[in-house]
Amino acid sequence: MRTVVEFRVEYLQRLDPDGNVVGDLPAFARDPQEVLRMYRAMTLARAFDAKAVNLQRTGQLGTYASCLGHEATHVGVGAAMRAEDVLAPVYREVGTQLWRGVTMHEILLYWGGDERGNDFSGPRADFPWCVPIATQTLHATGAAMAFKIRREARCAVATIGDGGTSEGAFYEALNVAGARALPVVFVVVNNGWAISIPVTAQTATQTLAQKAIAAGIPGLQVDGNDVFAVREAMSAALDRARGGGGPTLVEALTYRLSDHTTADDASRYRSAREVDDARALEPLLRTRRYLEKSLHWDADRERELLAECARTIDAAVADYLAAPRPSSDAMFDHLFANLPERIREQRVAARRHAGTRGH
Amino acid sequence: MAHGWEMQHDPTVVVIGEDVGANGGVFRATQGLQQRFGAERVQDTPLAESAIAGVAIGMAAQGLKPVAEIQFMGFLYPALDQIINHMSRMRHRTRGRLTCPIVMRMPHGGGIHAPEHHSESVETLLCHIPGLRVVCPSSPARAYGLLLAAIRDPDPVMFLEPTRLYRASRQEVPDDGRALPLDRAFVLREGSDVTIVSWGAMIAETLQAAAELADAGVDAEVIDLATLSPVDATTILDSVARTGRLVIVQEAARNVGVGAEIAAIVAEDGLYDLLAPIRRVTGYDTVMPLYRLEREYIPDVRRIVEAVRTTMADSR
Repeated sequence: MRTVVEFRVEYLQRLDPDGNVVGDLPAFARDPQEVLRMYRAMTLARAFDAKAVNLQRTGQLGTYASCLGHEATHVGVGAAMRAEDVLAPVYREVGTQLWRGVTMHEILLYWGGDERGNDFSGPRADFPWCVPIATQTLHATGAAMAFKIRREARCAVATIGDGGTSEGAFYEALNVAGARALPVVFVVVNNGWAISIPVTAQTATQTLAQKAIAAGIPGLQVDGNDVFAVREAMSAALDRARGGGGPTLVEALTYRLSDHTTADDASRYRSAREVDDARALEPLLRTRRYLEKSLHWDADRERELLAECARTIDAAVADYLAAPRPSSDAMFDHLFANLPERIREQRVAARRHAGTRGH
Repeated sequence: MAHGWEMQHDPTVVVIGEDVGANGGVFRATQGLQQRFGAERVQDTPLAESAIAGVAIGMAAQGLKPVAEIQFMGFLYPALDQIINHMSRMRHRTRGRLTCPIVMRMPHGGGIHAPEHHSESVETLLCHIPGLRVVCPSSPARAYGLLLAAIRDPDPVMFLEPTRLYRASRQEVPDDGRALPLDRAFVLREGSDVTIVSWGAMIAETLQAAAELADAGVDAEVIDLATLSPVDATTILDSVARTGRLVIVQEAARNVGVGAEIAAIVAEDGLYDLLAPIRRVTGYDTVMPLYRLEREYIPDVRRIVEAVRTTMADSR
């Protein structure tokens, strides 16, 4: 017997949990303004997330999927992308979406049960939140195919969770993207848990990054709690894709510090000890330690930042709470460009019954 | 032919699917397109139906108009997740920001001695989904005009191509870029005694039955439904108002078929026009058999004639 193929999976880290630099920092991480911008975005995402959970707990928001612990991955992905690139997110990418210009108002509207939340005023070509697991990876692949056909220097990015990598659509997306060398980057946000199933029970594979190997595309792991490593790996993958080098799979190792959603209770299936251990590795802590060591960050500046985030969030929440309910017409108005006659009749019938049922 | 016209006139139209390139599709529906328009606009995809639908969604949301081929309707099912959860509702859930001007073409129905899973007619699965149009042409000329309309439509259209038409039908069709209207049924034959509604390949048997019935003194009106969802209720109700009788002919199984919806529409909005109970001539509520028995399954002229005769005899 002889060996036909061998593979290895590399792992990238630039900031360790104590905020110490590992290896050489990339150029963007040597620019203080850029570093502070990323730290602010992570802080804002976390504060917004906490507010959203509170709104749900007080009956002012529907079920919500918290992004607690994912901030470095989310912001690292967003910061590496260009505005003209396209994101196909799952349902947890609050940090990436805020970076790309989806407004808090829109995010709250969506989770508050209103389709207008998917009509992003910022990134007009980005795909909406995607609940059916892994299906969005194929949309990114298709978008990348459109960019390639039109010779546009744009990339698509799909995010997916660790559980999603068990779905057929994920393999299909990787396979098509590899076969056609498409400008797309797949980000597996491996937070350890698919609701109650740990990644060790999800698959026998040692890494999720190596799932790229079967599709003939590069796959690597990054420390998903390290915003520098995520952005560096994503930038390299996007540069390669933009230059015609084809797709990459980036597995970001992080941890879901929250319940799966507000409808979940993770204490039923995982230990408090495990969560405590993970908390020591979380992304904001290490970034703050780095800032304290290298950019004179201190408690005052931290307080100022938190207060500024709170003001921004409070204004968005006030807008959200004041947003009028859509009329019953909203159920029909965007179903087709030209609504068929029989459905127009139903729209009229719905108006007649509107408001008679409360809500 | 319709593909070629539209690709020539609209640079955003692309064709994707299994074996649609050099091979020109297993039924040759995309023959010669790759030579004319290149391997990027006419792309063979890896063998994965859900990928075909999902990639089409991605392309469409970014401004292309994909015409995607599913090799047989029996292979559609892996793509349903993408079609139902995304293609049909992208416009709706993004408030019109992203849209899916996609045509999903697929062979429909049996009667050509094909292997297992190659002869299904499961249009009902698609007609139940809000946000989709479902179209089924009954002749080469209608296929040309309706396919052009489907490609030009700003929303997803499921385009079901009867396999018997690929094989049996020969018709001169002018390549003039003229589309036929969607959401409209066509009266193929006028008559005063009974309305027979059908679509796709069954139109051939239905017209033959109408001719036989004419010899026996029964004047049947034949309506080609063409767009199966949304149904053109007006044309059907107008016809039933004149004839007072309705027979529906479909190849698909009876239970919750498109025929049931038509019967319900007439029961709701045209009941007092009826002189006799509505009748359906359909496939049976069993698995589509392998080809030795497929002609027993698919309604034939005899069954249609018999149903119309019963309807005439049952009249008040």
